Amino acid sequence: MRLVSPTIVRLGVKSIFGRWRGVLLFVLPLVLVGLAVLARALVGQSEEGSQHTLYGLGLVVVVPLVALLATSGLLAPEIDDGSISYLLAKPVPRSTIVLSKLVVAVACVLAFASVPMLLAGLVLRTDDPSVAVGFALGSVLGGTAYCALFALLSVVTRHAVVVGLVYLLVWEGLLGGLLDGVRWLSITRWSAEVADRVAGLTLVAQLPLTYALAAGVVVIVGGTWLTGRRLRAFNLTGDE
Amino acid sequence: MSTPSESPVAPEPPGGVIHDLGYRPYAGPRLGEATVARSFFTTGLRNTYGLGRSARSKVLPMILLGLMLLPALILVGVLVQAKDLLGLDEQIVPYSTYPITTQLLISVFVAAQAPALISRDLRFRTITLYLARPMRRSAYVLVRFASLTVATFLLVAAPLLLMYVGGLLAGLPLARESGRFLGALVGAALLAACLSGLAALVSALTIRRGLAVAAVIVVLLVSYTVVVAIQGISYESGHETVGQVAGVFSPYTLVNGVQVVLFDSPEATATPPEGAAMGVLYVVATLLAVGGSLAGLMARYRRVSP
Repeated sequence: MRLVSPTIVRLGVKSIFGRWRGVLLFVLPLVLVGLAVLARALVGQSEEGSQHTLYGLGLVVVVPLVALLATSGLLAPEIDDGSISYLLAKPVPRSTIVLSKLVVAVACVLAFASVPMLLAGLVLRTDDPSVAVGFALGSVLGGTAYCALFALLSVVTRHAVVVGLVYLLVWEGLLGGLLDGVRWLSITRWSAEVADRVAGLTLVAQLPLTYALAAGVVVIVGGTWLTGRRLRAFNLTGDE
Repeated sequence: MSTPSESPVAPEPPGGVIHDLGYRPYAGPRLGEATVARSFFTTGLRNTYGLGRSARSKVLPMILLGLMLLPALILVGVLVQAKDLLGLDEQIVPYSTYPITTQLLISVFVAAQAPALISRDLRFRTITLYLARPMRRSAYVLVRFASLTVATFLLVAAPLLLMYVGGLLAGLPLARESGRFLGALVGAALLAACLSGLAALVSALTIRRGLAVAAVIVVLLVSYTVVVAIQGISYESGHETVGQVAGVFSPYTLVNGVQVVLFDSPEATATPPEGAAMGVLYVVATLLAVGGSLAGLMARYRRVSP
């Protein structure tokens, strides 16, 4: 049994870059790198400027949004127009379908979030490349976990994009900024902890690295497994 | 019944008869474009809050309205209870700052409701039915925009009204509070128009509903985050002009800047506009944002075939 089906990967890439969706994916990293260049021009190499850009815009906004756009472009449209039934009718294990889709989504996160983070970090802190590497590694963990989570969301509900956005804005954004305890259950905080350790910063206080890594892996594996399980007994229903 | 073999007569030339069955055309008064537009506006406004739609569509707007009112209610409670204790003689959060504090909720509302009003008509081709009525395309665009703007304005203004009434009951000076409240209402109207124009334009360009929601959120959230980052950096590094110009590029900072310029409200951003030239730039940018998105919408709908 093959874990990843090249045909599904090829179709997935097509459906992400078809029409408008691809444009947003290109805009987000451009904004990130553009802001990095602007900040470097304004303040030079400063810790403040790089944290505003790499954490405030990069890890908190760009990485989750790229993951959301990529993942929702893979599964949701097929479920929406019902064409997923043709895919499910093929003798391909459901876990293979999920894994193939996730491979495409994670590749998108690497290309449109992690690599731009690395670039922006190198632009902002030429003197300290560990910052760039730290944020890039953090974005890999965070982005992959977000992909698994949003894949699960898009097979659970028809309004995956809206639910995902509300989760991002309210839980990760609003409450995560207000309540310290959210750090134990926040993917963004876990990825920030990775950046902290590699680059020697303190974005998130009092969060063990092992916990952050373990929690990230649990979300990735659990999300993937539950998505496949949910797809095994998939029920195609109409909209409201 | 006669068959041709029994009585062979010459066939009659074929001819049809129109029987008058008594059907009559509608001869009553026809209400015309204005009435169509008015009832279309009311329907759109009701639909943004899920009224007249399924129960599931009521959930999100009503929760958002509740969440918008909750902080205002808490603030009023604190003001009433602890006015003397804390020595408060004005609102804890200024009226003009409240929309920026709760901007996530406003963004989600606009992003969820703009596609519901605009993308679905285009995707399911309901638009052809609307255009078959005596209502022009420009009227359709303006009415949809008006529905969304009024709905957003209600969402932004409701907590302000709550704070205003609560503040008056707690004994804040009437004249000063009324002036500030009216200024904030103008700000709320401008913010609603800016957000609605932008969201309507994005969702008219993106027909798929889920994607339109994401696109509107991305535009609003990313623009605000980038502007705040630039303003923070420019404030710390002393290049305040850069931050002031950057404030034009997000509806929230833009409208807050306009309120600082026009009504001398307390600023909520790191680098508020200073000086007459910057003030004029902010006001002109607001008008351009609303006018530009309306012009974009008109151009988009000119290409829609009925």
